[in-house]
Amino acid sequence: MNIHAEDPIIEVHDLTVSYSQKPVLWGIDLSLPKGSLVGIVGPNGAGKSTLIKAIMDLVPLSSGYVKLFDTQLDNVREKISYVPQRESVDWDFPASVYDVVMMGRYGKLGLFKRPRQADREVVQESMRLVGMEAFKNRQISQLSGGQQQRVFLARALAQQAEVYFMDEPFAGVDAATEKAIVELLRRMSKEGKTVVVVHHDLQSVAKYFDWLILLNMRLVASGPTVDVFKEELLQEAYGGKLTILSEVGDLLTKGRFPSREKTV
Amino acid sequence: MEAIYIILAGSLVAVSCGLVGSYLILRKMAMVADAISHAVLPGIVIAFFISGSRDSLPMLLGAGALGIITTFLIEFFHKKGNLQTDASIGVTFTWLFALGVILISTFAGKVDLDQDCVLYGEIAYVPIDLWITDTGTIMGPRVLYISGSVLLVVIAFIFIGYKELFLTTFDPSYAAIIGINTTLWHYLLMGAVSLTTVASFESVGAILVVALLIAPPATAYLLTEDFKKMLIFTCIIGIIVSVLGYYLASYIDGSIAGAMSTVAGLIFLVVFLFSPTQGVVFRNRRSKLSMTLNEEPI
Ligand SMILES: Nc1ncnc2c1ncn2[C@@H]1O[C@H](COP(=O)(O)OP(=O)(O)OP(=O)(O)O)[C@@H](O)[C@H]1O
Ligand SMILES: [Mg+2]
Repeated sequence: MNIHAEDPIIEVHDLTVSYSQKPVLWGIDLSLPKGSLVGIVGPNGAGKSTLIKAIMDLVPLSSGYVKLFDTQLDNVREKISYVPQRESVDWDFPASVYDVVMMGRYGKLGLFKRPRQADREVVQESMRLVGMEAFKNRQISQLSGGQQQRVFLARALAQQAEVYFMDEPFAGVDAATEKAIVELLRRMSKEGKTVVVVHHDLQSVAKYFDWLILLNMRLVASGPTVDVFKEELLQEAYGGKLTILSEVGDLLTKGRFPSREKTV
Repeated sequence: MEAIYIILAGSLVAVSCGLVGSYLILRKMAMVADAISHAVLPGIVIAFFISGSRDSLPMLLGAGALGIITTFLIEFFHKKGNLQTDASIGVTFTWLFALGVILISTFAGKVDLDQDCVLYGEIAYVPIDLWITDTGTIMGPRVLYISGSVLLVVIAFIFIGYKELFLTTFDPSYAAIIGINTTLWHYLLMGAVSLTTVASFESVGAILVVALLIAPPATAYLLTEDFKKMLIFTCIIGIIVSVLGYYLASYIDGSIAGAMSTVAGLIFLVVFLFSPTQGVVFRNRRSKLSMTLNEEPI
C-alpha cells in the first residue's frame, strides 16, 4: 500500500541506498503531506535511520532522488532540522546544555557572528519546552540518557525549522516526558510543521502519528495511519517476529488503541 | 637574554600546538600529529633535491605539502576504504616515512642530508639562529618570528571559525545538515595542524612538538568540562611547561626539549592523579567516602 500525499512537502523517488555495495534500502517511493506527524516503523536494521539520512543527504544515494519543498535540499537547508540517535556523538565532550542547544542557531548565524539576544531567547525557550532549563549550565557529560535526548530535541527546536527528522527521540525518555514531547510535536504539526519520527513502540504508534511508513529494506506501506496500521501490513514489515505482532493484533482486534483524532 | 628567547620560543610553539591539539584530541585524532612528524620526511628529501639547498624555506614547503597529503590520505583510506581512523593513520605515515628513509639511504652518499638537519631542530639554538637583514640589521632570533606568525594564524583561524570548529568536532552530521561544509573545515584544521607541526619541528624539534600537541590539551581536558576554558588552560599549561622545562634543563644541564617534554608529561600525571573533578585519587577517596556514608545506620 502506498498512498501519495496531495500536496507533498517531502517526496522520495525510487531511492536505493547501499553501504559498501550492499543495498540496505530498495526502490523507496513515497510522499508526505505538510503538517503531518509521521512515524517510521520497522524492525532493527530495516533502514529507518538510513532513510532519513538519505533524505538529508548524509549518506550517498545509489539511485533515485529526493525533493523537499518541491526543490533540492541545498535550497531549503535552513528549514530542515534533525535529531540524531543519541549514540551518534561523544557525550564526554566539554560543552554545557546551553552550548549544545545554541548550536541550533549556528546555521542562521554564519561565520564571525556571535549569538545575539534574540538567539539566546530562542535557546532559553527551547530548553523550557523540553523541561531542561534548570540544567542550562550542566555539563552534557553529567546528564542521564533521557536528558541527553531532550537536549538534542531542544537543539532542533532552537533551529525553528519547518521539517523535523527525529531518530528515536523517545529512546530512554521516561513516560511523563514522552507524553509532554508528543504533545509538543502535535502542537508543532498543528502549526503546519512536518515532523518525521523513527519510532519503535508499536503500542503507541496509532496513538501518536497521523501518517505511517512501514519499512523493511523495501517500503511496505506509506499512508494515513488508519489505512496503514493493519495486521497484514505489520506482519509483512516484521515478518516472523510473531510474539510482538500477536500483542499488537490483540490491540487491533479489541480496537483499544485510541485514534489520534479522538485524543485531540 | 638567552633564557628569555628560549622560553619565549617554547611558549609560542606550545600555545599554537596546544590550541590545534585540543581539537585533535576531541576528534580522537591525536595520533595525526605523530603521523605528520614522520610523514614529512620524504617531502624534505624531495624539496632538497629540487632546490639543491638546505635552506629552510623549500624544506618547510616540502614538509608542509607532505603534511597536507598525509591528512588527505588518512581521510581517503578512512572514508573510501572504510578503515578505522587509527589504522588509516598507521598505514599512511609508516609508508611515507619508509619512503623518506629509502630516499635518504639511496642517495645518502651523494648528499649531505640527514633527518637532523630540518626535522629535529634544537630549541637550544634559538638564541644564536638570528635573522639578519640584507642591510646587516640584526632582528633577533628567527624562530621567534616564525613561531609568532604561526601563532597569529592559528589564533585568527580559531577566532573566525570558532562555532564551525566546535560544531563539526562535536557532531559533524548535524553540522552538515545545517549547511556547514564539514570536509572544508576538516581540511582547514588539518592544514593548521600541518603548518603548526612543520614550522614547530624546525624551531624546537619533533619530539617536543608531539608532546606539546597532546599533553597540555589532554591535561586541560581533565581539568575542565568547558571548551573555552579548556583552550585557555591549554595555553597556560603550555607556557608553564616551557618555563619549568627550561629551568629543569639548566638545573640538570640536559636537553631543553627533553626537559620540556618531561615536564609536560609530569604535569599531566599530577593532574591525572589529583584533579578535583576527574583525578584518580580524589575519585577513589570520594567513592570510599560515599561508601562509608552509605554504611552508616540511618
Ligand atoms: N555505516 C554503515 N556501514 C555499513 N552498513 C551499515 C551502516 N549503517 C547501517 N548499516 C546497515 O544498514 C542496515 C540499515 O541500518 P539502519 O541503521 O538504517 O537501520 P534501522 O532501521 O535504523 O535500525 P535500528 O532500529 O536498529 O536503529 C543495517 O543492516 C545495517 O547493518
Ligand atoms: Mg536506527
